[in-house]
Amino acid sequence: MASKVISSTIRRTLSKPHGVVFRRHHLSTAAAAATDYEDESIMMKGVRISGRPLYLDMQATTPIDPRVFDAMNDSGINEYGNPHSRTHLYGWEAENAVEVARIQVAKLIGASPKEIIFMSGATEANNTAVKGVMHFYKDTKKHVITTQTEHKCVLDSCRHLQQEGFEVTYLPVKTDGLVDLEMLREAIRPDTGLVSIMAVNNEIGVVQPMEEIGQICKEHNVPFHTDAAQAIGKIPVDVKKWNIGLMSMSAHKIYGPKGVGALFVRRRPRIRLEPLMNGGGQERGLRSGTAATQQILGFGAACDLAMKEMEYDEKWIKGLQERLLNGIREKLDGVVVNGSMESRYSGNLNLSFAYVEGESLLMGLKEVAVSSGSACTSASLEPSYVLRALGVDEDMAHTSIRFGIGRFTTKEEIDKAVELTVKQVVKLREMSPLYEMVKEGIDIKNIQWSQH
Amino acid sequence: MMLRQVAKKALGLTARQSTPWSVGISRSYHENVIDHYDNPRNVGSFDKNDPTVGTGLVGAPACGDVMKLQIKVDEKTGQIVDARFKTFGCGSAIASSSVATEWVKGKAMEDVLTIKNTEIAKHLSLPPVKLHCSMLAEDAIKAAVKDYKDKRVKTNGAAAAGETTQA
Repeated sequence: MASKVISSTIRRTLSKPHGVVFRRHHLSTAAAAATDYEDESIMMKGVRISGRPLYLDMQATTPIDPRVFDAMNDSGINEYGNPHSRTHLYGWEAENAVEVARIQVAKLIGASPKEIIFMSGATEANNTAVKGVMHFYKDTKKHVITTQTEHKCVLDSCRHLQQEGFEVTYLPVKTDGLVDLEMLREAIRPDTGLVSIMAVNNEIGVVQPMEEIGQICKEHNVPFHTDAAQAIGKIPVDVKKWNIGLMSMSAHKIYGPKGVGALFVRRRPRIRLEPLMNGGGQERGLRSGTAATQQILGFGAACDLAMKEMEYDEKWIKGLQERLLNGIREKLDGVVVNGSMESRYSGNLNLSFAYVEGESLLMGLKEVAVSSGSACTSASLEPSYVLRALGVDEDMAHTSIRFGIGRFTTKEEIDKAVELTVKQVVKLREMSPLYEMVKEGIDIKNIQWSQH
Repeated sequence: MMLRQVAKKALGLTARQSTPWSVGISRSYHENVIDHYDNPRNVGSFDKNDPTVGTGLVGAPACGDVMKLQIKVDEKTGQIVDARFKTFGCGSAIASSSVATEWVKGKAMEDVLTIKNTEIAKHLSLPPVKLHCSMLAEDAIKAAVKDYKDKRVKTNGAAAAGETTQA
């Protein structure tokens, strides 16, 4: 029976045309011309596309840099020891690899290697920071301050703390996405145990005024935690200048592997926290468990590369962002950028196209991998909470698309993305009753809609 | 089946998994929905003021769904001869209203009032989270028919008033 199956499989393969089974190298993100659907087309989830889509979703994750991949692979075969094994060469070698990575991460953010705790990602780091600090100081400090645009893991940790009896203030943001410093100052109380404000927002890409916030926290002697997953390696980060007490980092946002991240915990003056993971006391007792040697090594290599290439990347990505925005604005009107244009990380462009719905636009942009903040892509009919916090009109909140540009994005990809986006938006606007009404001169805001 | 997979693995023939691109939740569109989206039928507008046209406008931009469905009715027979739609909404909403225009053509007005949202949802294999799109399409049909009837009443009323004044 088995031999029959094997022989028939061999026969099948030999008769199939060559080239159907093997895919291109994963870094080739350019979409093939949609001419011939015969051999190369991919059929998934009811959608057929020719070739792989353009990858423009760098905020969700980034491809592993080949140099990082090489470093990881090399070590995976040879340095397989447990870094916490004290007694033999295998342990010493693995420990050495982890320590080198620790130095590389610390250098990127201007910290000492002793202040870096490796974790499984920024989510774990955020959880540890928010819950760990508050649990440690729970007798004296009952209050946490955060913003309405934080990442879900921070907001959910705060909700969890609320259920335990802590009080949380969710600061609103201005229409450009930045925190109002006066409101922050007023919100701080004597029993405030933590201020948690992310450095670069993952959805709209705005950069918060970190130095000023750090200054306010220093004045009031409140630990300042920041989720810097989208910030490190992209904008210059200095924990001393920003007066950071805790910082969450993630590897897979800076061309590193998934499944590893780190938490920076300041030592002078010392921030204390309760660990989430109990066990053998690894990572200074703050995160027990065997260190993921290869992942950590990848993280370190990614940080090292980021430090060397940050300036070049910034120039390249800024150029591409302008190309994208200008390309779209030349051909379309009614395009709004969500969030401050000045205080922004250039690799994140969140656009709203008036009179067009986000999910239908995404459906048409099958050959571009982007993300949307629209209601239809979430389980409820509510648009993204970040856009809501910006005070974006309800109908505009349904239409946002987030373009993520990275180190490996090419000019051709941007041009193709502009072309596809414009084509789809024009087509959808033709189908849109709102656009028709606006063209006729009717003011949409004055219509009485029949709610469902 | 299992054996074939094992055989394929043994011979090193498994294709590398294609990574799905990031779209909110993973949800597959039925090919009917995609077909209506790629090749929409009956997109467009009739003149609102034409007495043979009924216009239904339902939904709200705040909910993310607005549908405008227009029917052209033959005055003598009461049959719908043509229909057009325009929709602001997700792929399922566009497909639902497109299907609605297809189904009302050539039917009598009373017949189309019996079209149920469940039928539209079944035709498009809409998942539970998208059922409201088909509801909106059903509402749009009803609104269009009502609008046409209201218009007829008004024109008839005006004609009757004209007659009484003349007489």
